[in-house]
Amino acid sequence: MIGLEDYLTVSAILFSIGVVGVVMRRNLFIILMSLELILNAANLAMVAFSRFSNNIDGQMMVFFIITVAAAEVAVGLALLVALYRRRQTAYTEDLTNMKL
Amino acid sequence: MDIFFYLFAALTLICGLLVVANPFSRNPVTSAMFLVLTILSMAGLFVLLNAFFLAAVQVIVYAGAVIVLYLFVIMLLDLGADERRRLNKAMVGLSFLGVGLLAFVLVSSIGQSEAVGALSSPRLQGTTEKLGKALFSDYVLPFEVVSVVLLVAMVGIILLSKRDLK
Amino acid sequence: MTGILPWVILFVPLLAALSITLLTLRHRALSAGLSIGAICVSFVGSLLIWISFDGGSVQYSTPWLSVGGLHVDLGLLLDSLSVTMLLVVTGVGALIHIYSYGYMAEDPGMPRYFAGLSFFTFSMLGVVLSNNFVQLFIFWELVGVSSYLLIGFWYDRPTAADAGKKAFLTNRLGDFGFLLGIILVWTTIGSLNFGEIEATMRANPEIFGSLASIAGLLVFCGALGKSAQFPLHVWLPDAMEGPTPVSALIHAATMVAAGIYMLSRVFFLFNETALLVIAWIGGVTALLAAVIAIQQDDIKRILAYSTLSQLGYMVMAVGVMDPTAGMYHLTTHASFKALLFLGAGAVIHAMHHEQNIWKMGGLRRAMPVTYWMFLIATLAICGVPPFSGFFSKESILAAALEHNAILFGVGAGVAALTAFYMFRLVYAVFIGPPKSNAAEYAHEVPGVMKWPQVLLGVPSLLAGFWGIEHFIGQSFASASAHHAAAWHWQILSPFSHAPLAAFFGLGLIGFGIAAAYAFYGNAVRDPLPDEMGRLSTAIRERLYLDEAYTAMIRYSHEVLALIADWIDRWVISGMLVRGSQWGTDLAGRLLRMAQTGNVQTYALFLVVAVVVVLWFVLKR
Repeated sequence: MIGLEDYLTVSAILFSIGVVGVVMRRNLFIILMSLELILNAANLAMVAFSRFSNNIDGQMMVFFIITVAAAEVAVGLALLVALYRRRQTAYTEDLTNMKL
Repeated sequence: MDIFFYLFAALTLICGLLVVANPFSRNPVTSAMFLVLTILSMAGLFVLLNAFFLAAVQVIVYAGAVIVLYLFVIMLLDLGADERRRLNKAMVGLSFLGVGLLAFVLVSSIGQSEAVGALSSPRLQGTTEKLGKALFSDYVLPFEVVSVVLLVAMVGIILLSKRDLK
Repeated sequence: MTGILPWVILFVPLLAALSITLLTLRHRALSAGLSIGAICVSFVGSLLIWISFDGGSVQYSTPWLSVGGLHVDLGLLLDSLSVTMLLVVTGVGALIHIYSYGYMAEDPGMPRYFAGLSFFTFSMLGVVLSNNFVQLFIFWELVGVSSYLLIGFWYDRPTAADAGKKAFLTNRLGDFGFLLGIILVWTTIGSLNFGEIEATMRANPEIFGSLASIAGLLVFCGALGKSAQFPLHVWLPDAMEGPTPVSALIHAATMVAAGIYMLSRVFFLFNETALLVIAWIGGVTALLAAVIAIQQDDIKRILAYSTLSQLGYMVMAVGVMDPTAGMYHLTTHASFKALLFLGAGAVIHAMHHEQNIWKMGGLRRAMPVTYWMFLIATLAICGVPPFSGFFSKESILAAALEHNAILFGVGAGVAALTAFYMFRLVYAVFIGPPKSNAAEYAHEVPGVMKWPQVLLGVPSLLAGFWGIEHFIGQSFASASAHHAAAWHWQILSPFSHAPLAAFFGLGLIGFGIAAAYAFYGNAVRDPLPDEMGRLSTAIRERLYLDEAYTAMIRYSHEVLALIADWIDRWVISGMLVRGSQWGTDLAGRLLRMAQTGNVQTYALFLVVAVVVVLWFVLKR
């Protein structure tokens, strides 16, 4: 019988994969996709909790997360496009303006 | 039923891994395609959890809208395959160490979740009807707020996309 | 009536000093009159007290300060010691005040001078009358202040200003020890009143335990500075920069004797070890000063070293357990040494402020009164019978012989040296041929300066017959029987109770006078430098003690400065300042490595932070 732990384990591993992508990939588009992975990992955990505690709230939360994630992707991609236009690059090493 | 869980879980994790690190292709388009696969297998997991509405939303919104947006932008900007650049070894080591620790803390704390009081026989059905009722009764205020968020995002995108923005 | 009289005696001089300073600084004669009148009132009051004095010990005190366990009274103590000192201070003081009116007649600062003199009288009377340690210490310091003011009276002369500073600082050294001693006595006994301390000490002689010698010696430090004992004696000869009457009153007759008075007052504090140290310091001072006095040419410096030598005698007397003899010598010394200084002042006045004895000579004919009075005082200080100094000096020598033969030898040798250098002075100034124009045309001083000398000549000549020793002896339970002899028998008492000391001393004195005559009978210049060569130079240079002190202070300052420099360079500047700068710099460099500007680095930090937070939330 598959229980809550199994779903949570899948969620945790997926989350870690997403973090690896954010921390190690240099292409900003892939980083953005890795963020989607992280959000999806959270969604999975939410739905699993909702299902196994017999509470609809978790699924409602996932609904909102998906909505906000869609908005986030749209804005993020718009920002990337604007950045790319100005700097002609999508690599993080080339974007070190924050260093004095 | 268990076989489906293992199937979808394995698909999710493998495709997720291929999004982040694909040994055969360094093209962002490939990553985006594997992201679609990940999301679709996630939808399968949702179905296994009886969250039918969310599974549908996942497929429509994520796989349909978001990923298409990605592909559009990648192709618009005409990004080729990633350049091969030398990796900062210390940075890679530190990253693996940090993420390893994170995974360890997360996975090892799963066993301690007795406090959640997981039911042995879950009965919750995430049908459209149920979510719709909740959405328009208890969650009506967040629902409206989210619509405002979407409006703001839309305005922002239009503003950002104007070419003569300085 | 008798209760208020001591207070009147004490405060009238202060009143005079205040009114001169505040009101009459522009009126010369009025200021002098106020000051002289005040001390005459005090003198008459002292005489009244002496007449009604019955030999006991009376205290008048009122609580003044009470903090925690510390209770200080403002109190006066009248016993034979303080009554004697009262008479000495006011008597000698009154004559010197009058003399000053003549001596300072032409000085524009005369009102200021008399204000200082009255203030000194007040402080000195306070020292004499105090019945507790704190009050004594306060007046002790006031005496030091007035001494400073009067030494530096001619403050436009750099040497006088420096001498004042030197006197004050040297005294501070001694007074610091004195203060420590007072604190030690207070913490041990819990009282500051002399009577109570003595009673406690009698009931429990071992109360100080192992600190007994330390307590005594710390208190003695006060006398070391004020009475100018070796090694703190260096200030007294320099103090001669002040006006001569000041030297007579403060630096010969009264203030420098305050140390002896204090030692006698707290004689019960000293144990055998402390007394031995005191005796030796007195002896060394006496000998050292007498040797240095032989080769001085300045008339006042010779007298200053002779004062040092006599003070050494008195300290030695206390050290050999006969404070009565010390106080006796103090009394007689006050009269004849004041007389010597007044004579010297008269000579200096007549010589138009020339102080070198080898430019004087033949003044015997020009100034007969001064000459005869000076001669009386000289014979008294040498210890020739029947002059007063003979009796007091013999009683010290007898006490020394009783306790310590070596110190007796020192004392007797000093007596011979005293006779030698004093007659050297007399021959060079009064008897030998005139050695300058000023000496040939000198005139006798006016009456206001002449008569005080004559009046001081009386006690110098006769004080041996007045039973002073017996009177003082009432204050000491240990007074031995020979002090109680009838007055008419006293002329012979030195020979009867200590014949060896008396005859030995007399022989040496005779030898000293004869030697002085042989060398200086008709000398035009000092023959000793040729005879003694470099030894004479060394003595002339005061055995290089001042130079040694200067060098010591310089080298100790240099060592201190080196240490301070090292600490500043390596600890403060090196370790603290540069160390913190270096530490900040290093921390900055390390932290700077974290700022790559790359978003992913920051993301990694975020991950690490999340791990830490999760660890604390989930695992602990």
